[in-house]
Amino acid sequence: MADPDMTSVAAEPQLRFRDDEPHDEPAVTLDAFLAGQSNATAVRLEAGDDARALIDHLDRIALVEVSFPTFRDGRGYSAASILREAGYHGELRAAGDVLVDQLPLMRRCGFDSFVPEAEIDAATLRRSLDRYDLRYQTAADAAVPVWKRRHG
Amino acid sequence: MYRYDEYDQAIVDARVDEFRDQVARRLSGQLTEDQFKPLRLMNGLYLQLHAYMLRVAVPYGTLDSRQMRMLGHIARTYDRGYGHFTTRQNIQFNWIKLDDTPDILAELATTQMHAIQTSGNCIRNISSDQYAGAAADEVADPRPWAELIRQWSTFHPEFSYLPRKFKIAVIAADEDRAAMRLHDIGIQLVRQDGVLGARIFVGGGMGRTPMIASLIRDFVTADDLMSYLEAALRVYNRYGRRDNIYKARIKILLHEIGADEYRRQVEEEFSLVKQLGIDPPAAELARITAFFAPPAFDADAPDTVDRSDPDFAVWLDQNVAAHKQPGYAIVNISLKPIGGIPGDASADQIDLMADLAERYGFDELRVTHAQNIVLPHVRKADLHAIWQALSGAGLAEANLDLISDIIACPGLDYCALANARSIPVAQKIQARFADRGRQRELGELKLKISGCINACGHHHAGHIGILGVDRKGTENYQLLLGGSGAEDVSLGKITGPGFDEDGVVDAIERVTDRYLAERVEGERFLDTYRRVGFAPFKEAIYG
Repeated sequence: MADPDMTSVAAEPQLRFRDDEPHDEPAVTLDAFLAGQSNATAVRLEAGDDARALIDHLDRIALVEVSFPTFRDGRGYSAASILREAGYHGELRAAGDVLVDQLPLMRRCGFDSFVPEAEIDAATLRRSLDRYDLRYQTAADAAVPVWKRRHG
Repeated sequence: MYRYDEYDQAIVDARVDEFRDQVARRLSGQLTEDQFKPLRLMNGLYLQLHAYMLRVAVPYGTLDSRQMRMLGHIARTYDRGYGHFTTRQNIQFNWIKLDDTPDILAELATTQMHAIQTSGNCIRNISSDQYAGAAADEVADPRPWAELIRQWSTFHPEFSYLPRKFKIAVIAADEDRAAMRLHDIGIQLVRQDGVLGARIFVGGGMGRTPMIASLIRDFVTADDLMSYLEAALRVYNRYGRRDNIYKARIKILLHEIGADEYRRQVEEEFSLVKQLGIDPPAAELARITAFFAPPAFDADAPDTVDRSDPDFAVWLDQNVAAHKQPGYAIVNISLKPIGGIPGDASADQIDLMADLAERYGFDELRVTHAQNIVLPHVRKADLHAIWQALSGAGLAEANLDLISDIIACPGLDYCALANARSIPVAQKIQARFADRGRQRELGELKLKISGCINACGHHHAGHIGILGVDRKGTENYQLLLGGSGAEDVSLGKITGPGFDEDGVVDAIERVTDRYLAERVEGERFLDTYRRVGFAPFKEAIYG
């Protein structure tokens, strides 16, 4: 019988922007992770979970999956930013109601793999990711903000 | 004023391309309306009762003649020959076809304009003081700070799917001409020991739960501004309510956890965010500030005006404000002619205002949150010629801040959210008080009308406010008294049972009659109301 704290085995990410092997260990809930299953290396954050709770454990985590229950729920963008700012380098996966027009923003917040509920059209995605090569702000990606281009 | 460089232009051009792609996917059925809606909203495109409405951003209400003429061109080519200036200092076009919108945006982009984030649950167009750069009472021009925030907030990756919309205003004077404390974040620039910085107010707003913003930080320097705002927004994005659209604004978060707890969380977040190096260097604010250098004023411009034409003198006293530079003045162009639609201007009127700005006003115009237009820098010697040109175009109504200078939302004539019409009520009030002498006798009286509880017409902040509601299928109008969006900010109080359209006009007249009976020398309506209280007015209205 499946462990009730265990989410279903993670789907293969449809989109992955990493060179390492996909992490195939099932993700545990944040509560389970913090409550002692801390040998787990994959954690799933629900939209309302506090990503900061993971900060002391980042060196032991290889995958964080962040849930997007609806595309309108933007809490996951902050969760991702917080983890990357804290120095997390492992896989950061957006799962759920993830739409093609949101992917460029999610990439900027540090997400590098995606399990969208509905399949994303490859041609649209390519246009979407290639469209902006200039950014006004610093974020979790490598983009150089416009103010830095202006002032070196 | 600010000019795009190659970077700004490339970003706006990319946005046009993106939206063209999104519209094409919607038209081909690749996107459902539910999926398209947040995308079009983030670009200011609403579906109203009869057509699409496109809201074009006028950052901090400032534009030049070329941009103004572009708005006239859009009105003439893609709409029905007019546009509607809004309480967010933007302009709306009410009769737009979806498949025209990519071309409209492409045309706007040629004059450094866009519709980015004029709607949607993101950081909206930054608003500011329409007298910025011209008012004697400002500590600095607030617009460079507003532009810095505009750039930071444009396509901010973390804050594009907030719990709800987010409005920021920046002012730099004690007199608040931008309803700063009724914004999600209100910023007042102040000087401390010679250093310019920002006082940060958070949690103001109107809507169904009006609240006045609380002072959250006494002083933030430009070096820390982006980090501080990032922290303030992050706390909201993480903990603002998402279970109920009517409780999702930041004011509800502040109300529920308290200003002190919100401040503590923001400070904690700020201490972390500040380490990330996200604040642009001082050179960037200096670069932007250089664009807002004062125009080349003529130091010898005569400081006197010939007042011999009595109609001109009336307009001068009512619509022209003092300028910091001797020999110059600030002209307010009223978009509230008696019987007109508040905030509307025809394409020809838009062109004429652009011509006047170019000829007499250093090429600059402003949109005000009261839905009027300002020429911020004109020579006093040119005032008569400007007035004559405006008179010939139906733009010389001398009613700034009088009872006929009504703020009104589009209401049920256009808006899918409205419960009642606003425009006909505004017109009936104007007709009742059409006598200009009577209006001037009543003095400053800010009347604001919303056609539903969302309060786009700022009824909570009206000295007299009107809220249209649906009462068992008929339009009903509630009356509010005592609100203010200025530095003496307050929220209006509902008088009691509502009225029908004619009834509310009668009730307003009973209120103004009572004011005239009660007032002492030098008191505005709002002063009398605050002195004598609610009861005498309630008695006057309901007997």
